[in-house]
Amino acid sequence: MSVQPESITTVGILGAGRVGTAVARQALKAGYEVRIATAKPAQEISLLVDIITPGAAAVDAAEAAASDLVVVAVPLHKYRTLSPQLLAGRTVIDAMNYWAPTDGEVDDFENDPRTSSEIIQDFLPGARLVKTLNHIGYHELEEDDKAPGRPGRRALALAGDHDDAKAAVAGFLNRLGYDAVDAGSLVAGRAFQPGTEVFNGSHTSHQLQNLLAAACARVGV
Amino acid sequence: MEIGAYSFGDTQLNPDGSPRSTSEAVRNLFEGIVHADQAGLDYFGVGEHHTTSMPASSPGALIAAAAAATRQIKLGSAASIIGTDDPVRVFQQFATADAVSGGGRIEITAGRGSSAETFPLFGYDMTDYDQLYAEKLDLLMTINHHNSEYVTWSGSVRPTLDKLAVVPRPVNGQIPIWLATGGNAGSSARAGQLGLPISYGIIGGAPHRFAPLAQLYRATAAKAGHAGANIQVSVAALGLIAPTKKEALERFYPGWHNLNIEMGRLRGWPAPDRRAYLAQAEAPGAYYIGDPDEVAERIVHLHGYMGHMRHFLQTDIGGLPHEHFIESLTLLATEVKPRVERLLSAK
Repeated sequence: MSVQPESITTVGILGAGRVGTAVARQALKAGYEVRIATAKPAQEISLLVDIITPGAAAVDAAEAAASDLVVVAVPLHKYRTLSPQLLAGRTVIDAMNYWAPTDGEVDDFENDPRTSSEIIQDFLPGARLVKTLNHIGYHELEEDDKAPGRPGRRALALAGDHDDAKAAVAGFLNRLGYDAVDAGSLVAGRAFQPGTEVFNGSHTSHQLQNLLAAACARVGV
Repeated sequence: MEIGAYSFGDTQLNPDGSPRSTSEAVRNLFEGIVHADQAGLDYFGVGEHHTTSMPASSPGALIAAAAAATRQIKLGSAASIIGTDDPVRVFQQFATADAVSGGGRIEITAGRGSSAETFPLFGYDMTDYDQLYAEKLDLLMTINHHNSEYVTWSGSVRPTLDKLAVVPRPVNGQIPIWLATGGNAGSSARAGQLGLPISYGIIGGAPHRFAPLAQLYRATAAKAGHAGANIQVSVAALGLIAPTKKEALERFYPGWHNLNIEMGRLRGWPAPDRRAYLAQAEAPGAYYIGDPDEVAERIVHLHGYMGHMRHFLQTDIGGLPHEHFIESLTLLATEVKPRVERLLSAK
């Protein structure tokens, strides 16, 4: 199954925190049909969605998961509340981070040498997971966007094991206002986790490519 | 509008950059609160922190001391990390301070906390966080809203209270309990649902972008049937007042830089960037750094978006020389506050 970037019209967002609502507003601005779901019934978040992300629809998780693209933006330690069944076969952006100094230590991630996204992919075996949107601040996401080709356009890295899903996500990032740079398979996401130079800065696609190449060479992926 | 300050304690630095004592930092903070009262500030908040650079670990104890040494200023936590504390103890400490103050000046602000250090310190598991926070807030509200000394409550995070005395009772029956948030929409909805006043901590980005959150808070409160004096908004932000903008920028920068270095070491951030600092210190940035005119104008500008009843600033960070902290409190009370009042009444 192949998903072309232009085939995405609906974006489902799981999580209505600072990241989820910022992605929702930016996706609305780019012209997508946006649905937001949390662990609560849709009616309980309808006021929140109407005021914080006007134009989006408050839905239940099943309806959000049935979108062309799903963005997971829940606190990482709640990842087990995600439904592997609902996300099977879906293109899913993992915008979450394991960031112990801020969010506290979580055994599942502290005691596993893999990146957080590899652990999430394991938990969601049927999902075509793409790690991205994790290394831009939620304020910046709505402020740093530029039209394609504009000088100094900011780039975002993506990593995943499914090429067609990555192509779809690259098209989505482009419409949000960012160049997309493919870092490689999901394990390459280590190069833009918290604490890395990529995570800490703002980069053009040329700068980002160089940083990712250097980081991947260092860890041998 | 009420104008105030808040602090997490600020350990001073020796000339060689080494830290001075944490007890001195607490003494300085106490003196700052007493000074703020004398200068005429409306509010002072003490924020629970547990680091060597920010050692205000025990807001209740410090506020009880300050209650005895001040005359008019309102005192509160900013915030109490309620999820990893015992709400019975928090209530008792603040009710004790309320009794010492004579009544009506003491508040509690319940917060989730912006870092994880209270979990290992008090022996809690981070993964239980939401449950801990929700239940302990509920217990704190139950104790406060009770019309007698004898409290009954049950939940999953601590043993049941069955008609147990929680004393002293506040002089005026209840203590105002605020909910602190850093801008998560769910927290605004929660405060509105519960009918609690809400305190926004705005430490980055453009403060006026918090306006939809305040709108959500008020709409949720209205929908839940809450109205009246308890539905109100305050804003906590970083800032420093000096006679001139240039001096204010120069005074605040070293401490800001130190704090960012320290947090960067912990969280893997890059070296702090002076350009980012300067950008945040200009409208519409998050830092209220300037002369009294500029800061007053920016507070009033934000009021047009937030409709907040209190604006309070954190000034002493990263080893800010104590005299600069004291002078900023003086200017906030004697120069900024009257300007804000004048600008608001002219609207």
